[in-house]
Formats: sequence, C-alpha cells, structure tokens
Amino acid sequence: MSAKTLYDKLWDSHVVRQDADGTALLYIDRHLVHEVTSPQAFEGLKLAQRKLWRTSSILAVADHNVPTANRSGGIADPIARLQVETLDANCAENGITEFKMNDMRQGIVHVIGPEQGATLPGMTVVCGDSHTSTHGAFAALAHGIGTSEVEHVMATQCLVAKKSKAMLIKVDGALGKGVTAKDIALAVIGKIGTAGGTGFAIEFAGSAIRALSMEGRMTLCNMAIEAGARAGMVAADETTIAYCKGRPFSPQGGNWEKAVMYWRTLHSDDGAKFDALVEVDAAQIKPQVTWGTSPEMVVAVDGRVPDPASAPDAVKRADWERALAYMGLKANTPINEIQIDKVFIGSCTNGRIEDMRAAATVAKGKKVAANVKLAMVVPGSGLVKAQAEQEGLDKILIAAGFEWRDPGCSMCLAMNDDRLSPGERCAATSNRNFEGRQGQGGRTHLVSPEMAAAAAIAGHFVDVSK
Amino acid sequence: MRKFTLLDGLVLPLDRANVDTDAIIPKQFLKSIKRSGFGPNAFDEWRYLDHGEPGMDNSNRPLNKDFVLNQPRFQGAQILLARENFGCGSSREHAPWALEDYGIRVIIAPSYADIFFNNCFKNGLLPIKLDAAKVDALFKAVEANEGFKLKVDLAQQVITAPDGTTYKFEVDAFRKHCLLNGLDDIGLTLQHVEEIKAFEAKHRAAQPWLFA
Ligand code: SF4
Repeated sequence: MSAKTLYDKLWDSHVVRQDADGTALLYIDRHLVHEVTSPQAFEGLKLAQRKLWRTSSILAVADHNVPTANRSGGIADPIARLQVETLDANCAENGITEFKMNDMRQGIVHVIGPEQGATLPGMTVVCGDSHTSTHGAFAALAHGIGTSEVEHVMATQCLVAKKSKAMLIKVDGALGKGVTAKDIALAVIGKIGTAGGTGFAIEFAGSAIRALSMEGRMTLCNMAIEAGARAGMVAADETTIAYCKGRPFSPQGGNWEKAVMYWRTLHSDDGAKFDALVEVDAAQIKPQVTWGTSPEMVVAVDGRVPDPASAPDAVKRADWERALAYMGLKANTPINEIQIDKVFIGSCTNGRIEDMRAAATVAKGKKVAANVKLAMVVPGSGLVKAQAEQEGLDKILIAAGFEWRDPGCSMCLAMNDDRLSPGERCAATSNRNFEGRQGQGGRTHLVSPEMAAAAAIAGHFVDVSK
Repeated sequence: MRKFTLLDGLVLPLDRANVDTDAIIPKQFLKSIKRSGFGPNAFDEWRYLDHGEPGMDNSNRPLNKDFVLNQPRFQGAQILLARENFGCGSSREHAPWALEDYGIRVIIAPSYADIFFNNCFKNGLLPIKLDAAKVDALFKAVEANEGFKLKVDLAQQVITAPDGTTYKFEVDAFRKHCLLNGLDDIGLTLQHVEEIKAFEAKHRAAQPWLFA
C-alpha cells in the first residue's frame, strides 16, 4: 500500500460511495449545530417530511446571539431571542442534545465540541460555520458547511463532497518569547494569502506544531479557513490523546484502549505526497498585527503600515488603498504607534483557558490605559469561565480594568450588543478584520491574546517579545 | 431548487477583490429564521448610508448613490461580475440567498471561496470561473457599453457577449446536472439509503465509541 497523508486516511475511512467524477458521499460522525445556520434546515426537513438520520450525532448550542452580560435577564432583542428559542424548540422536538443558554456547558460551538470530547480523532465533523476547521486540530476531518448542507447531513448523515488537494504547512524550530499559535496562523496567511489554501485541505506539521498544546493547535486550525482552506488538521499524538481522556463524550473503558490504538495511526505516512508544500521557520515569526480589512493584510509588530505604492499589482493597490481609508491609517505608520479604543479577548480562535491565562499574565498588577474605553474578556465557554475563576484569573483581569463577561461569540461578529461604534479601533483576538465585522465602521486589528492584553495596558500596540 | 438553463441578463460590475460574505449580507440580518427576503439588504453597508437593521423599511433609507448597485443603468441586473476570491469568509448561506433574492442568477469571477461556491449551486445560482484577463476584459466592456448583457448557456457551457465573443467555462458534471434539472441533493442522496446503512454498520463495528 502506498504512503497516505492524514487527509487520505480520514477521507478514505468515510467514503460511502464515490462516482467516476470524484463526487463522493462522505459519512459524518459529528454534527455541531448553532442557532444562526440551522432554523432554515429544520424547516426544510419539516416541509419535506424528512426525519433526522442519527440524532445522537448532533450537539447543539446557541452562541452567536447570546448576551455576555446580565444573561439571567434573557435576550432583549426580540429577533435574536426568536432565533435562540427556535433552536431550543427544534432540539426539543427532535430529541437533540442541546446546551441551553444558561447551562454551565454552553459556549462557542468550536470551544465546547473539543471540551466535551464530542470532537475526537478520526472523526468527520461538520457545522454550519466556517470555523469548523478548528476541530481538525484533533486529526479529524472538519468542514464548515452551508445551511442546505446542514439539512442534507441531518437527513442523510452524509455530505456530498469532492476530495480537495493536500497542502502541507511545515513549521519547524522553536517559537520566540511572546510568539504564539495565533502569530503562526497570521504569518502563514500573510505568506500564502487568504486564497492561498483555496481548494486545499491543509495539514500543519513540523516540530513547532508538535510543541503546541491542543489549544494552540485549535487556534491554528481555526484560521485555516482564513487562508482559504475549508479544512485544516494536525496529526494525532500523545498531546491529542491526553487531551481527550476522561471527557464526557470520550470513549470509556475497553473502547478507550481500542480508540487510542486507532488514533495512533492518524498521521501522514513517511513519503506521503502533498500537492503543495509551504515551509516556515518558527524562529523567524514575530508577534503579528493586521493593519487592513483582510487577514492577509498583516505585518510584524515592529513593522509599518505598508504603502500602496509598493503593492504588487493594480488590483492589490486599490485594495490596500481602500483598506487604509477604511482603517483610518496612513502608509508607513509604525504599528506600535497605532492607538486603540477597545480590546476584545475571546472568540473560537482565542477564547480557551490558555488564552485567558495569557491575558491575565500580561495584565497582572497593571492597569488598562486611560484611552482604552473598553477592554473585555469573553471566555469561550461556561467551563472555561469556571476554570479561569478557579485560578483567580478573573480577579486579576478585573483589577486591571478589564470586563469579565459570559461566554459567547460576542464582539467577534457583533451580532449581540457587543460591538464597535463607527471609527473605533479595536485590538481583537478573533479571526476576521473585514469591514463592519465588529460593528459598522469599526476597525479591527487581529492579534494574539498576549498582544491584545499588552495593547490594552499601553493604549497602543507593543511588542510582547521585547 | 429552481432550474437553471439559459439566461440573457444585464451585467452588474462589482470591482473589488476578496468580497466577503459579511459584506454580501451583514450579520444583523442573520437573525432571521427565514430563507427569503434578504435581497433588499444585499451589500447593505455599501448600499445604504445609514445603518440597517432587520425590520426596517428599506425603501425609505438613504442610498449611497456612488455604489454600483444603486446606479440606474444596472437596475434589474442578473449577472454579477466580480474579482478574485469572491465570497470569502463566513459560511453563511444567507449570502447566496441574498444575491438570489436580489435577482442575481449568475456570478462571473476569476475565483471563489470554496464554501460560498458550493452554497451557490444549492440555490440555483451559477458561479462561473473565468481567468482574470477575461474577467478584466468584461469589466472594460461593461464600463464602455450601457446596457451590456451576456447570454449564459449552461448546457453548452458557454457565455456569449453582444459582439459575438464567446467564453467557454467549466462546471462540475454533477452540479451541472442538478442545476439543469432543478434537483435537490437530499433526494438524490436518499437513493443510496442502503449503501449508507451498510457503511454505517461497518463503521459502527470498527469504531463503536462514535455511536455511544
Ligand atoms: S467566535 Fe466568531 S468566528 Fe467563532 S463561531 Fe463565533 S462568530 Fe464565528
């Protein structure tokens, strides 16, 4: 048998049937569902009088629309409330496991899947959300899908898919002080562009990736979609196995041993062929800050806002000019002179316990700068919040002047009340800096939790590696 | 799903690269639990001068006259001409729903983000990839000719310009078949119920923990 990539292994083990043109039915092990992309799917099933194929494969949670303050008061916005209530009703009617808004285990769908052991190595995972790529950190094949596909998976347990090409991103060497998985992600996107991974499934490998915790690997795979790849993944190893042990949905008893034996095979074989290779030297990566309205518009913190005159072509130049105008920035401004108005630490990219710890470590004994109107920390789940509180991280952050909120997507996409006002500038640990993403006219700079916390304290970007 | 066979439609040029799905339909409209009615809010932040929220009467809102969607010569357009990496970002199917509801049936661009591309086909929209030089030529032609229309023939996989220039395009055979016949994916997949069941039984035996 020829050498296989991890992607080959995951793909091959889930193909139900494949047509001559490569269109396949791929069996889905885990389906994560949230309130925004599911109501039309449930409605479609009902109209066609179709049943759910395997209810136990579904785990549902409301995350996009939930308030992060005064949660016991419910959702004030009637339209958002109806959407969450619709999810509750659909889950109740179909016998789907759902973590309701006031459940301890509620949180961002991509945080709670792994936290519960609902995401496991070797699985196919889908969710009506592009950041489903996060779950690939567990050597799983995880795809973001649209609502029609949500309905399709509910009805058939399968996804219609064609195999992507395989890209290997190899990051070797040791990361410098203050450099994180988020910086690897941003540096890679800066290098290959937001469409660099389009049509590919990316495997992240190399010594720097092996050295990352599961939290770090999730941050990295989370942003595979920002590089254009629908799926990102990391091979299973002892770090993966240790993380999965003892979680509510993880295999128990004899099944555990059996599962671990299988999981240990989930890596690319020596000599496996990839369609593209990108090599990155971890030691060269500095803390990253985006300056524009696309994640590929990124530079190191010791750099400057680029000059559109030096753009590689006319389309890019126009893009950069528009981005600078939107961001209210001048070419050649040093990044560390950019003053910020708000700070957002959270999201499915950086809302895990390690991220909370990183923020608290930077903030300890310091104060948020006077020019920063709001610095908020939003844990990715109720369990992350509880753990952080047990470690006293909340007290450190509150003492420094941060707001400590309830879990949800929050200002990552500003569907709830957490948002930027027009013109406000934010250091954010989320994943998208698109125009209006954090509120109409809002200006987003993507950074790591360390960099966001340091910017909150200084009032402008600072190099945490110094 | 609505069939797609032939179209002779007015072309709307959106001259920006990396147009993301947040721009196509901003998040506040995602609170809807419906599949329709997103058209008036397509490109909301570029199209209107005020901030849009669900439930507003869009006919009374101040328009951004500079934005191409609002220019009189492009009213009624059914073909959207765009630049590379169109539809990047969020997987929201509300983006194709909004375009479809607005009246768009065909998109022409050099490249698309994968999820968006896929979502189009599920909603009777045809996203066509043409190389960047051809797309550029089309932008120039639209600019120069008021009322510029293109004929799109899916069965023949060809676009014809008013001057007779033709552009062949590729489309996946399965997706073409579904579009031409207005076929619903779920119905097609359910023809393979026995195969799915057989696979599931085998999979369960090998990895029982997945079915706990
Ligand atoms: S945190 Fe942001 S990116 Fe993640 S699922 Fe929520 S809205 Fe999407």
